[in-house]
Amino acid sequence: MTVHAGHEIVESARVLDVARLRKDFPILERTIHGKPLVYLDNAATTQKPLSVVEAEKSFYLTLNSNIHRGVHSLSEEATAAYEMVRETVRNFIGAAKTQEIIFVKGTTEGINLVAHSYGLKNIRNGDEILITGLEHHSNIVPWQILCERTGAVLKVIPLQDDGSISIDDATRLMSGRTKLLAIAHISNALGTVNPVKSIIRTAHEHNIPVLIDGAQAVAHRKVDVKDLDADFYVFSGHKMYGPTGIGVLYGKEDLLEGMPPYQGGGDMIKSVSFEKTVYNDLPYKFEAGTPNIAGVIGLGAAVNYLQGIDASALEAHETELLEFATTSLEQIDGIRIIGTAREKAGVLSFITKNVHPHDVGTIMDRDGIAVRTGHHCAQPVMDRFRIPATVRASLGMYNTKQEIDRMVESVRKVFEVFG
Amino acid sequence: MSDLRTLYQEVILDHNKSPRNFRAMEDADMTLEGYNPLCGDHYMVYVKMDDDVLADVSFTGSGCAISKASASVMSTIVKNKTRQEAGKLFDQFHDLVTGKSAPGNKEELGRIAVFAGVSEFPARVKCASLAWHTLKAALEKQANPVTTE
Repeated sequence: MTVHAGHEIVESARVLDVARLRKDFPILERTIHGKPLVYLDNAATTQKPLSVVEAEKSFYLTLNSNIHRGVHSLSEEATAAYEMVRETVRNFIGAAKTQEIIFVKGTTEGINLVAHSYGLKNIRNGDEILITGLEHHSNIVPWQILCERTGAVLKVIPLQDDGSISIDDATRLMSGRTKLLAIAHISNALGTVNPVKSIIRTAHEHNIPVLIDGAQAVAHRKVDVKDLDADFYVFSGHKMYGPTGIGVLYGKEDLLEGMPPYQGGGDMIKSVSFEKTVYNDLPYKFEAGTPNIAGVIGLGAAVNYLQGIDASALEAHETELLEFATTSLEQIDGIRIIGTAREKAGVLSFITKNVHPHDVGTIMDRDGIAVRTGHHCAQPVMDRFRIPATVRASLGMYNTKQEIDRMVESVRKVFEVFG
Repeated sequence: MSDLRTLYQEVILDHNKSPRNFRAMEDADMTLEGYNPLCGDHYMVYVKMDDDVLADVSFTGSGCAISKASASVMSTIVKNKTRQEAGKLFDQFHDLVTGKSAPGNKEELGRIAVFAGVSEFPARVKCASLAWHTLKAALEKQANPVTTE
């Protein structure tokens, strides 16, 4: 069995060798409308390196069987490979224990799990749940559903004009009634990096547990859940160069221990009778049914791939590209960048004067450039800036300045077409 | 650039910039909302009837150039047509943007022919057809908002 132990990329010079990285992503050789693909939709999903694709393939070809069942060797090997990834992920995010790592479908399921299990147990009529004005719908709607069911009230930390939130505003909204704070580490729509460590510290002074939506962070920043002191940290595999349909919920052990199961079924029990069922221990209590085993194996390969790259070199590369793209776009008349916070990750949202984002998206697509247009599942953010949608270019490790030049050239073409 | 021009024809750009019949109609006989929530195109279509004739058609709202120009062109060509004639125009328009139109009948299509290029951009068919579907539903006295997503 080869669960690919990551790629041997050592960035000794602390400068990312992008040309070499790009060779790991065969899809980047594709053409779209006869032009080389420029993939700038990484906040929606990243491309997958060969090692991830091959790890999944190898699982199905050599190891496929169900886990935690039966005594046959194949099942034991599959179980070992699956559980090895739990340890890989624990190490990746700096968690204390492997049982704090719960495999879920993705960020959305992770948040729903906490809202359903922790929320229904601990949140009552009149309590408050605090979120921010820049959240993705997946970090809004589960809390709205919880509020509907419990009579709790959803409070929103307002978004400032630059797309950031202020710790003062956040602190002002924390009270004895606040029973949970849920906040994105990095905004998918604007790229704002929230000061989550300070916010967690402040929330803990008010005895408020904090859930961090890390979907946009784990592939772009070194994340250490112990250093952050996050109570829950949730992320998806497919936005960190891994497969779709797999993600991680990290939770502090004592919190997870106190939570009832989210779903019932196989694997989450110790014993079942019609009189009494005894639930399994962590983390299995939250992993009912046969999980996405191949997805977990692929996720492990993605973590190994990322860990083979110097995190600070990666961040420096994406920051440099973001600054280059921002400066280049700002030189075009009629461009307005939405989200200008001081701390930003590689997301560039913008609007074009008198031209709707969808028309921009079509024109850029004809140039082979994949960007997202729309509300990015963050309609409250669009409402805050009184715009229907933006064009969003989001960066990944394999993007280059040449690609940014092509994007900027294509944006200029938009204004030529529309006169 | 040339393939983009098949989509973004001068007429379309003109109607997008200066949409015709772009106003609310207070005494409309039918008013219906057309909304594509995923992409955000959002319009109200108003119709004033005179017996069986669409005496006046107008619209308000916002969206991409294709959706707005389509609503604008539609409002000009269905005016003073009977329900049946408007229905026929709907069918012709629908066939045109979905690429089912027989070649060589551009004369008959008249002003809607400028939308022929949409069929080469499948992702934009829903934009071009939003106002038309909204009008059709309004004429059928439907009350629920229309979507083409």
